[in-house]
Amino acid sequence: MTKKNHYVEEGFRKRKNRFITVTFLLAVFVLMLSIAMLYLGNTRYSLSVIVRVLMGEQIQGASFSIRTLRYPRMLAGIMAGMAFGMAGSTFQTMLRNPLASPDIIGITSGSSVAAVFFILVLEVNTTVASIASILAGLLVACLIYVLSRGASFSGGKMILIGIGIQAMLNAVISYLLLRANQYDVPAALRWLSGSLNGIQSKDMAGLFWTVWIFGGLLFLLGRQLKILELGEHSAITLGLRTDQTRVLLVMCAVFLIAVATSVTGPISFVAFLSGPIAGWLAGKGISTILPAGLTGAVMVLLADIIGQYAFDTRFPVGIITGILGAPYLIYLLIRMNKSGGAA
Amino acid sequence: MMRKKMILMIGASSLGIILCFAASLAFGSRNISLDTVLHTLLAGGSSFESRVIRERIPRTVFSILAGASLGVSGALMQAITRNPVADPSILGVNTGASLFVVSGIAFFHINSASEYIWFALAGAAVTAIFVYRIGSMGYGGATPIKLALAGTATSAALSSLVSAVILPRTEVMNAFRFWQVGSVSGATWDGIRIIAPFLAAGLLMGIFLASALNAMALGDDVATGLGVRTGVVRLIGALAGVLLCGATTALAGPIGFVGLMIPHTMRLLCGADMRLVVPMSAIGGAILLTTSDILGRLIGTPGELEAGIVTAFIGAPVLVSIAMRAKVRSL
Repeated sequence: MTKKNHYVEEGFRKRKNRFITVTFLLAVFVLMLSIAMLYLGNTRYSLSVIVRVLMGEQIQGASFSIRTLRYPRMLAGIMAGMAFGMAGSTFQTMLRNPLASPDIIGITSGSSVAAVFFILVLEVNTTVASIASILAGLLVACLIYVLSRGASFSGGKMILIGIGIQAMLNAVISYLLLRANQYDVPAALRWLSGSLNGIQSKDMAGLFWTVWIFGGLLFLLGRQLKILELGEHSAITLGLRTDQTRVLLVMCAVFLIAVATSVTGPISFVAFLSGPIAGWLAGKGISTILPAGLTGAVMVLLADIIGQYAFDTRFPVGIITGILGAPYLIYLLIRMNKSGGAA
Repeated sequence: MMRKKMILMIGASSLGIILCFAASLAFGSRNISLDTVLHTLLAGGSSFESRVIRERIPRTVFSILAGASLGVSGALMQAITRNPVADPSILGVNTGASLFVVSGIAFFHINSASEYIWFALAGAAVTAIFVYRIGSMGYGGATPIKLALAGTATSAALSSLVSAVILPRTEVMNAFRFWQVGSVSGATWDGIRIIAPFLAAGLLMGIFLASALNAMALGDDVATGLGVRTGVVRLIGALAGVLLCGATTALAGPIGFVGLMIPHTMRLLCGADMRLVVPMSAIGGAILLTTSDILGRLIGTPGELEAGIVTAFIGAPVLVSIAMRAKVRSL
């Protein structure tokens, strides 16, 4: 008996160690990429200059390019990556389907439509647009949920309905883009695939606090999320208030998605891929919310560096994540179809 | 009985097409009376209004042809995959055609509709096969949910590639932005002449396959027992479906959902007999796309709302209702 307990405990400790190591390594990786984001550019400044500028010292030239251009861009990359990663992972775990991420089932498109409409057509500031895109995201989430309930709820039905809603919303985005200023191509691309170009510090405050507050909340709810993953009946038996928990989780995730979308646009595949990659790295047993967020940040920063410096043309980050993410997505589809877990 | 019903339905819907044709010539940012339309068509004329009408003729003819092709394409794809959500836009075929056309413009400097069409057809065929292969892997074959997900995922990936190709090339970008929405407004007689043989071939193949497809609806085993060579029928059906939607996409850009909703509506109206469903899907598709184009012109006055946007708005609720009605197990 004691021997068995020993094995269980050792397994538990092993998984915990792996989880902590992976999370730590991901955090280090994010830090390294952030430094690279500040370092790379038309002019490269030494590390000491970067540190001095960040401490608040005024240095001719360096202050502008680091503080005004590179720092907000880096911060937006980290925060948007975290937001997409955590929200995507939450949806995937909660619906128990790795394909049920907000960018596949239409919630991200809902937020995009609102953001495009308010920013390109009504030309309001980012705060109003963020609020509108949060509301639109929540609305779409509710709509999909209500439509897919019917006689019996099923994840497959929800995904199919989400794809339909998404097609409609994408038609709206195309329409709004056609009607927008013809020469506003960068803006147009941002709303098609997500971009970190031209982000200013003043747009960042909302995203920054959203990630801390709602991301933190999701992290705290990680335990409940794991219980929810066991299925409705087991969760109730274990004493979880499933409905309240689910509403709370969806609210947090939609807030993260919507605010990040209103700042960077819908960066393709980050929400979709962060969760599975983090789960694969960190192993099972412990909530993957935090590693998923860090994975998202790594993906966005890495893709942005590739997009900016690897080619003659500067590609927005969403195109790179789209191309890099595609093979993995298809691999995931093939593997899931083979094991019969898709539906 | 069957024959009577068939004649009645085809007669009624042909009347619908004629009405749509007339309405499409009459309505727009400048409305013209039906008298003038008739007069111009019969006797010609050189007034301003006659010229407007003559401008509207190619797009009307094209919207009828394109709608018919998309409708039949959807009916064929649904029949051979035995899957209620098979549609060019859901299978990602449109995005595949886009990628090939855009790459052609950017790398091979193609610039005429006669060259677009080969690229569009190749892209459509490659994507359709790819998506169907992935969607039909594993337990249960190509279930609607697996097919839809494989299509969505593939289109997301391909559209990133499309963006990567066009982004450094502003002139391609601008042309593409309008092509991407799906519109019949750019149709010319030259364009129609080029795609017409492809459409005719696809439509004829569809009509000839109809009775074999009826047998296949009973299941592959029964169909084989009845003397149908299922493999050949599938291949020709897929070829026809891809020809129809690829050729249409080359000229109009991706117009979604016509191929999804028309066959379903037609099956509701006239039963599951493919001999009736295929021609009726052609007529229904023509009516739907022409009406969408007219609606788009009326709603968007003084400009216009592209037909692809209108069909997405009509079609997405249809997809949602199919999903809601479908049995959970079949998903």
